[in-house]
Amino acid sequence: MKIERKPLTLWERLYLPAIISGMMLTFSHLFRKKVTLRYPEEKPEMPPGYRGQPVLVKDDEGRVKCVACQLCEFVCPPRAIRIKPMAYPENAKYKKVEKTPEEFEIDMIRCIFCGYCEEVCPERAIFLRGPYSVTGLSRKDMVFNKEKLLELGGTLPDPIKKWRKK
Amino acid sequence: MDPILIHLIKIVGVVGVLLFICAYIVLAERRICAFIQDRLGPNRVGIPLWIRKDGSAIQIGARWALGQPIIDALKAIFKEDFVPGHVNKFYFWLGPMLVMAPALMVWAAIPFGSTLCGVPMIIADVNVGILLVFALASLGVYGIVLGGWASNSKYPFLGGIRGSAQLISYELCLGLSVIPLFMQVGSLRLTEVVRWQTEHLWLVCYPWNWLPAIIYVASSFAETNRAPFDLPEAEQELAGGYNTEYSSMKFAMFFLAEYANMITASALMVVLFLGGWHLPFVPVSGGIAVGVAHICIFLAKVCALALVFIWVRWTVPRVRYDQLMGLGWKVFLPLALAGVLITGLAIVAGWSPS
Ligand code: SF4
Ligand code: SF4
Repeated sequence: MKIERKPLTLWERLYLPAIISGMMLTFSHLFRKKVTLRYPEEKPEMPPGYRGQPVLVKDDEGRVKCVACQLCEFVCPPRAIRIKPMAYPENAKYKKVEKTPEEFEIDMIRCIFCGYCEEVCPERAIFLRGPYSVTGLSRKDMVFNKEKLLELGGTLPDPIKKWRKK
Repeated sequence: MDPILIHLIKIVGVVGVLLFICAYIVLAERRICAFIQDRLGPNRVGIPLWIRKDGSAIQIGARWALGQPIIDALKAIFKEDFVPGHVNKFYFWLGPMLVMAPALMVWAAIPFGSTLCGVPMIIADVNVGILLVFALASLGVYGIVLGGWASNSKYPFLGGIRGSAQLISYELCLGLSVIPLFMQVGSLRLTEVVRWQTEHLWLVCYPWNWLPAIIYVASSFAETNRAPFDLPEAEQELAGGYNTEYSSMKFAMFFLAEYANMITASALMVVLFLGGWHLPFVPVSGGIAVGVAHICIFLAKVCALALVFIWVRWTVPRVRYDQLMGLGWKVFLPLALAGVLITGLAIVAGWSPS
């Protein structure tokens, strides 16, 4: 491609006017609003759908959506997930769901945030969302248990109420 | 008092203040460049007053990062001082020293105030003032060339070559652009230049001095290796330039020398064009208060100019090497000569007071 280069006028070739106008521009930037967040005090708002770390969610009735099918445990490439299933007690409200995780641990050091668990989950119970800073002071700290995962995940209402009719 | 003692006090004072300003001008540069780019820049480290039991500190000026220079210095000192195996050790060590020393030595001949308690506020009032200053200032290039050459690797080498070529070219314009001033003042003594400006107007107020002033400013940007003429250390092309192989305190020396040079250049500009320690409505001579005020005025002017240096650096993109050389030899040199001629005409026509 041929780019036409206009010869500079004398005014432009003096350079000084251009430099001075540039300096005025940078000067005006001194007083503009800054875009920096002071991180630990100010946290960025993540947009909905942000793909963060894997967390467990509850439905709008407060039920843990995971049914302990262990598919995610099976698919997880680095084997970051450990699930210990248990049967619902005899008189429980969701007896017909049959199974629920007693323990659900994700080792955030092993997790590679691939999202396979979210993809494979038949119950839409595990999602990569929300939290973006995964920190801990020891290896043990980095193994997130069920309570912690649920707390991070919160509720995610699902339009399909699969277990209501059964 | 013993004159030697007085001189020692002056030397220690000047070097101390100079290094202090250097340290804080680095901070100012980081803050200002951040602000120009709509960032915040360093804003955490204050000057610690007291460390609490839990390890947190009570500090002042944390928002403005007033403690940053201290931390930076500590970091530079405690970093590993790595000397690559392929360097020429002797010159590798000599480089940073040679770059720092002239920047400090120049201050011997710069009048930084009028008189304080009857003592002239200049370390050595030599009668070839400006020549001494230029001679010393151009020694700084040896440090850069040696550092680049001794590093024995191609990027520092290229940086060193660029540095020497650039400094030699612009030294010429620098020298020529101040000739008109001395034609008007009639003396090379820098105290004399300031005295002339206290009796008449500042030299920059005369229209025939504007062209030399512009050339002087641009050339001193090139002399101090500051953007837009920072070719010896062009990070994007040379991976850091002449100081690539340096680490720790040796790098910090190069780094500080750049700022020391910048402050020296602005001090010279203040002395030559902006009336030195003189400010209208401030008495030219008087007691201690006036003497201190003169020093403060001088420092304020120097700092203001140094801030302009920073401001320009974050505005103007770097020029290409051939543009730099073209500008120096084909534009500034003839213009500086024209400046000499114009000033000569102005003196002959009797416009210039003296
Ligand atoms: S995101 Fe990938 S690695 Fe992490 S828990 Fe899910 S399947 Fe395992
Ligand atoms: S795939 Fe879904 S339902 Fe099955 S165990 Fe994992 S999170 Fe629970």
